[in-house]
Amino acid sequence: MDDLLNEFLTETTESLSMLDVELVRLEQNPNDPKLLGNIFRLVHTIKGTCGFLGLPRLEMVAHAGENVLGKIRDGELEVTPVAVSLILEALDQIKAILTALEETETEPEGNDQSLIDRLNAFANSAGGAEYSGDEPADGGSLYERLGGAEAVEAVVDLFYRKILADERVSHFFEDTDMEVQHLRQKAFLTMAFGGPSAYTGKDLRAAHAHLAEKGLNDSHFDVVAGHLQATLDELQVPEELSRQVMEIVASTRDDVLGGSAPVDEAVTGEKAAPSPEGDSGEAQPAAGKTESASTGPGSGSKESSVAAQNIRVNVSLLENLMTMVSELVLTRNQLLQILRSQHESEFGGPLQRLNHITSELQEGVMKTRMQPIGNAWAKLPRIVRDLALELDKKIQLEMVGADTELDRQVLELIKDPLTHMVRNSGDHGIEDPAARTAAGKPAVGTITLNAYHEGGHIIIEVKDDGRGLPIEKLKAKALSTGLVSEAELESLSVQQINQFIFKPGFSTAEKVTSVSGRGVGMDVVCTNIEKIGGTVELKSEEGTGTTFIIKIPLTLAIVSALIVESAGERFAIPQISVLELVRASSNTDLSIETINETPVLRLRNRLLPLVSLRNLLALTRAEGPDGEVAAEAEAEENFIVVTQVGNYSFGIIVDRVFDTEEIVVKPVAPILRDISIFSGNTILGDGSVIMILDPNGFAAASGEATTTDTLAESTEAARGTVSDDRVALLLFHAGDASPKAVPLALVARLEEIQLDKIEYSGSVPMVQYRGHLMPLIMIDDNYELKSSGRQPILVFSDRGRTMGLVVDEIMDIVEETLTVELKSTQSGMIGSSIVEGHATEVIDAAYYLTRAFGDWFEARGSAPGDEASRTKRVLLVDDSPFFLNLLTPLLSVAGYDVTTAENAGEAMAMCEQGRDFDVIISDIEMPGMSGFEFAQAVRNNTRWRDTPIVALSSYTTEADLDRGRKVGFSDYVPKFDRDALLQTLSETIAMSGGAA
Amino acid sequence: MSADQAMKPVTSGNMGHEDSQEFVTMTIQDQLFGIPVLSVQDVLGPQAITKIPLASPEVAGALNLRGRIVTAIDVRKCLGLSERDEGDRGMSVVVDLSGELYSLIIDSVGEVLRLPSKSFERNPATLDPLWREVSMGVYRLEERLMVVFDVARLLNLKKAEAA
Repeated sequence: MDDLLNEFLTETTESLSMLDVELVRLEQNPNDPKLLGNIFRLVHTIKGTCGFLGLPRLEMVAHAGENVLGKIRDGELEVTPVAVSLILEALDQIKAILTALEETETEPEGNDQSLIDRLNAFANSAGGAEYSGDEPADGGSLYERLGGAEAVEAVVDLFYRKILADERVSHFFEDTDMEVQHLRQKAFLTMAFGGPSAYTGKDLRAAHAHLAEKGLNDSHFDVVAGHLQATLDELQVPEELSRQVMEIVASTRDDVLGGSAPVDEAVTGEKAAPSPEGDSGEAQPAAGKTESASTGPGSGSKESSVAAQNIRVNVSLLENLMTMVSELVLTRNQLLQILRSQHESEFGGPLQRLNHITSELQEGVMKTRMQPIGNAWAKLPRIVRDLALELDKKIQLEMVGADTELDRQVLELIKDPLTHMVRNSGDHGIEDPAARTAAGKPAVGTITLNAYHEGGHIIIEVKDDGRGLPIEKLKAKALSTGLVSEAELESLSVQQINQFIFKPGFSTAEKVTSVSGRGVGMDVVCTNIEKIGGTVELKSEEGTGTTFIIKIPLTLAIVSALIVESAGERFAIPQISVLELVRASSNTDLSIETINETPVLRLRNRLLPLVSLRNLLALTRAEGPDGEVAAEAEAEENFIVVTQVGNYSFGIIVDRVFDTEEIVVKPVAPILRDISIFSGNTILGDGSVIMILDPNGFAAASGEATTTDTLAESTEAARGTVSDDRVALLLFHAGDASPKAVPLALVARLEEIQLDKIEYSGSVPMVQYRGHLMPLIMIDDNYELKSSGRQPILVFSDRGRTMGLVVDEIMDIVEETLTVELKSTQSGMIGSSIVEGHATEVIDAAYYLTRAFGDWFEARGSAPGDEASRTKRVLLVDDSPFFLNLLTPLLSVAGYDVTTAENAGEAMAMCEQGRDFDVIISDIEMPGMSGFEFAQAVRNNTRWRDTPIVALSSYTTEADLDRGRKVGFSDYVPKFDRDALLQTLSETIAMSGGAA
Repeated sequence: MSADQAMKPVTSGNMGHEDSQEFVTMTIQDQLFGIPVLSVQDVLGPQAITKIPLASPEVAGALNLRGRIVTAIDVRKCLGLSERDEGDRGMSVVVDLSGELYSLIIDSVGEVLRLPSKSFERNPATLDPLWREVSMGVYRLEERLMVVFDVARLLNLKKAEAA
């Protein structure tokens, strides 16, 4: 892109963002002449530069805006929101054109006439009759009558062709850049004809200075003027117009020839076409002259005074410097590490010095990338203002700590999230004045932005004193979008509920405004901030306001990281995501517990999910005895890095924790890019390469890993129940004082419900749970529900049906060998067992299930086991893990040795392994091989040919029974008839046993 | 090495001749391999390598080469060969592939040879597909054969597998 144009774009964009801020300030302090002068100057400069570069569209808009400002400055108009809006609109239009200009390097097609007309009309509305009177009457300025930009272009084109063809004058232009000359001339003519141009005398002089130097004299000027006249004639410009043009040109004679009379005064004074041009020309001198005094001829020296202190440096150069300094820091670290290992080194002194210098250099280079956060805020006052107008609210924006500096890369990245948050605060947070007054607050709402440094991070607070987050609405929304169930919702704290606004598609705005409410937003904000390693915290109090606290690193290039070790390998975890370090060992209060082999940690009364770095990274433990040692060490003492990603905190189990170190994040090699768990790698002070863990990828991976693991492990645990007899038991209190237990594998979830949410269907209490009704069952008939407060429940779930067992208190989860010492006579209890040294009643989950759903199991109660059947081996084949879990304890209690298989294939594998059973119980409906096929296979199999098979099914039609018998089932039991099952089992075994 | 001596006069006489090319030779399990000398950045002795969990098995890890992080590839694994004996940590040849450095771990590095293109032949059709994939062809040396590595394929292979 043309350097000149580039410069122009940069400069104008800067001016425009400054204007946004200034205009809003002006609106608040309409009588500040300094402010107004500043604004006027900015707009004027924009207009001027546009004219110089030959950007007619921009120029016209800027010019019209300047008109209005000029009137305001002269006191003919007042600063009103309407006026400011109009000017802002003009600025927006300029911005739009600039954007297109940046892309295509030419002005986009289009017409701004209606905006310009409105601006002019506004300028004229208060501007006295002498301006507005004649203009519309004679159809606008000379410029417009000539035919606008196109006409001027044509004139200039032809004009120069004529000049260059004429020996008498052509040499004056020979070594001039004709393109620039064209643009200048065009701008000049535009101005001269009263078009929107910022062309001033000094520019004109500058443009023609070189001509005068070459000895351009009066006669030459006449020649040139003659050519212009000829050009105009040739283009059939009406005589009256051409006369005016020539008059104007004549009036510039002195200028071009080095005279001193500013041309614009002469011209606009005479023509009075778009009037404020005159105003600006007249009123400008104070500002204009001082500027021109320092600049003199030649347009390039304008920044000279600034240039003495500031230079523009390409950002990529700075990036390069930064990279090199990062490398230097690494090398420094390495050297220091070597130094530490050596005593009495003569390098000690110089290295220390190098150390200091490097640190200073690093700091210095970092500073070059630092920018005040105010730069990211520049747009906000404007946004808030527009918002307030649009929504008819009164909002003031306070910005504290705008000079707080942060890395420009980070700055760029938070600009949009911040804007969005401020918009949200204005739209959702601040109430309209009436509501505010009613609530006893000042009618003007305040949004406060506050930025400050805190330990290597920058904290940005976005605070409003509005209505706060509407908890009830959030709840309703969360429910309706299916994010949570009501029961889950009840157990959530206000803080947790507030966090819902960070969920995708979550908006509580009743109506979608142009500003917000589309439901995309806070989640994007959150993601964007997390992307740069930042966090968003939210504090809200209904009625008094909301505060977002954004914490972001100062820079992305160098991060502080915690170095940890797992299975002999070291890894770096970015410090920003580390909350705390916990040392857990089995002989202190803090020890790792497991639920179904999923490790958890009780940390300040909260259960923290844990992931083992070793497992997650599939780090192989060293083989042989070393491995044993390592594994034991893990059990004895562990370090847990408590990590937070968004609102999800979890602990990472590591073997050792070293130091924190400043590291430079380097991207990993392309062939490793698909491993999302690493955000990069780096070289440590000792020269070794280390992988940097990405907490985000980690959370995703661990979240997935934990869910899949739990599934896999739960089935494993189910099998484990049988093999080593150790069962995870959930201990709880309900009804009487004696502790009760239920196999944990049967419990789908632990919930807490709000008692006043309980509804009744007939006499059965129920609650809405995940969009369904869930019946609540009491531990016994005498149990009475309280009417308010919260109550823990155990949720049992199978095949889409759930029920809740109301308990008093959930105590613990233990792993115990479940041996039922005493059978219970009480319904609902399997018997008593010793758990943790206490007599504990083991409840019969099946009993409660039947109470919840009559058809879940058709019969209830536990039949006394047949003593003769003790040690009989039963193979239970069923595809539902739940059912397996349910029947296994039941059959165990009845004295059978139960082996389970989840499908027929697994069962057949056991057969091939040479296992024998006294009886096989098989489900009919199973994925893969059905029960019928299985029975047939068993019958065709030599080993199990004589083993009786009992069919279990929820469908018992005559046809089924027939088919069952045909394929070789010994008997057929309806799935939910447990009495019948036990009965059948003992009968079947007795028969085959008798035969054997 | 006799092959080396035999080639030397050719090398000095034909500097820059189109009909010959220089190779860094290396051995893996007694087989001679070659990589064009211009694509070799460095030859390294045994290095401290940081393992990279979850990466594909051919990726031995990452190492620090004068401040640059280099991904180490175990060529034995690429070729489907058994692991090196305990204690033998091998050597590495560092190659540059589109700006990224990779360290190929091999058993040992030999001399640089200049070989005439007339002694070059395409891969024998019967070559193991795993080998054929990463080999550009074979040079007939006087006493032995040298397989020329296709470095891009060697590293590309892993990419496909990891993805």
